[in-house]
Amino acid sequence: MASNSELIDVLVTLGDDHLILGHRLSQWCGHAPMLEEDLSMPNMALDLIGQARNLYSYAADLEGRGRTEDDFAYLRSDREYRNCLMVERPNGDFAHTMLRQLYFAAFMKPFWERVAAGSDDRLASYAAKAVKEVSYHVRHAGEWVVRLGDGTEHSAARMREAVDALHPYTDELFTVTQPMRKAIEKGIIPDPKDIKDDWMVTINLVFNQAFLAVPEVAFPQQGGREGLHTESLGHLLSELQYMQRAYPGLSW
Amino acid sequence: MVTALDINTSRERARAWAAASVVPDPEVPCVNVEELGILRSVDVVDGVAIAKVTPTYSGCPAVLAIELAIEAALLDAGFEARIERVFSPAWTTDWITPRGREKLKAYGIAPPVDGTSSRMELFGETRVSCPRCDSQQTEKLSEFGSTACKAQFRCLDCGEPFDYFKCL
Ligand SMILES: [Zn+2]
Repeated sequence: MASNSELIDVLVTLGDDHLILGHRLSQWCGHAPMLEEDLSMPNMALDLIGQARNLYSYAADLEGRGRTEDDFAYLRSDREYRNCLMVERPNGDFAHTMLRQLYFAAFMKPFWERVAAGSDDRLASYAAKAVKEVSYHVRHAGEWVVRLGDGTEHSAARMREAVDALHPYTDELFTVTQPMRKAIEKGIIPDPKDIKDDWMVTINLVFNQAFLAVPEVAFPQQGGREGLHTESLGHLLSELQYMQRAYPGLSW
Repeated sequence: MVTALDINTSRERARAWAAASVVPDPEVPCVNVEELGILRSVDVVDGVAIAKVTPTYSGCPAVLAIELAIEAALLDAGFEARIERVFSPAWTTDWITPRGREKLKAYGIAPPVDGTSSRMELFGETRVSCPRCDSQQTEKLSEFGSTACKAQFRCLDCGEPFDYFKCL
């Protein structure tokens, strides 16, 4: 089983990105600026949480110690979560939420495309589904970033604020942990540096239409991959994990 | 050589398929699991019916309900039943049968436009016909509708808003 430990780590890291961002999106349910978005964001959240469930379940099976997807989601502390910092950021306004979605989805689309053609069959089968779903996320978020960036003076200012606030978090998408390095060597996942160009093409395409500029980042924000999180994650987990913490072992 | 046993097995398989395939989709009840293309196969091995089901979306909340309904239908037909969830190859809207597409349209849901390679590209446009009046003059209201598999459109001729079953 030792040879699986790296893949388990990679699966949980990916699962954490998807669960946490899915939870963040679900927090918009009932609060979106219009009914259509009240439906869109929970639907994207469902995609992400469904992808997280696949990833955690696979990790649990590989581990073979009787843990399930729920143990990963509900019974780990913030220091055990490996998600990148961007996904745990509070939703902020609609501009922040849609820009964050674009940054993440524009990364995951080429990532999943390569995993789908990669060397691990089970992960590839999940990736083949995810790539279709995330394509719609890119399009939806991209259209909103354009609409707001190329909208009123007010919406454009909000969009620029979102870019300044979130762009420093994008570097972490491209960091490579030790277990990721092993999975890259085995051809299971792509090296993030090889998808940077694809990511940049999408971001530039959207930003050009949205009259936004890619900022220079002096201090990239990272730490999530080592379990060093912002205080936001603790608050998020207290909500996400409340039921299992208050009533251990509870099931429906 | 075709033996009596073979004929018996294929008959049992056909009977199991007939029982399982008519289970409706809980979220789009006008179509069943065969018409939607999510029931991939039913085999009968030693009296146990094994149904392979594939989810439409990773996070489809209906998938467990669908699996349970298929299991119940097989039990009702007198089989022991086992459901296997398969992910590969990934479900595509191309698997919706012609009959399924007709039923969706009659139900007021525009069926997926097939064969459009630009369907998921950034800023890609999809021409969707109104399921009520067949007008091509429609506009997208939102990429996501009442479920993840649908988008919201509006007909500019008859004015009717409608769901569009997205290509996947
Ligand atoms: Zn019409």
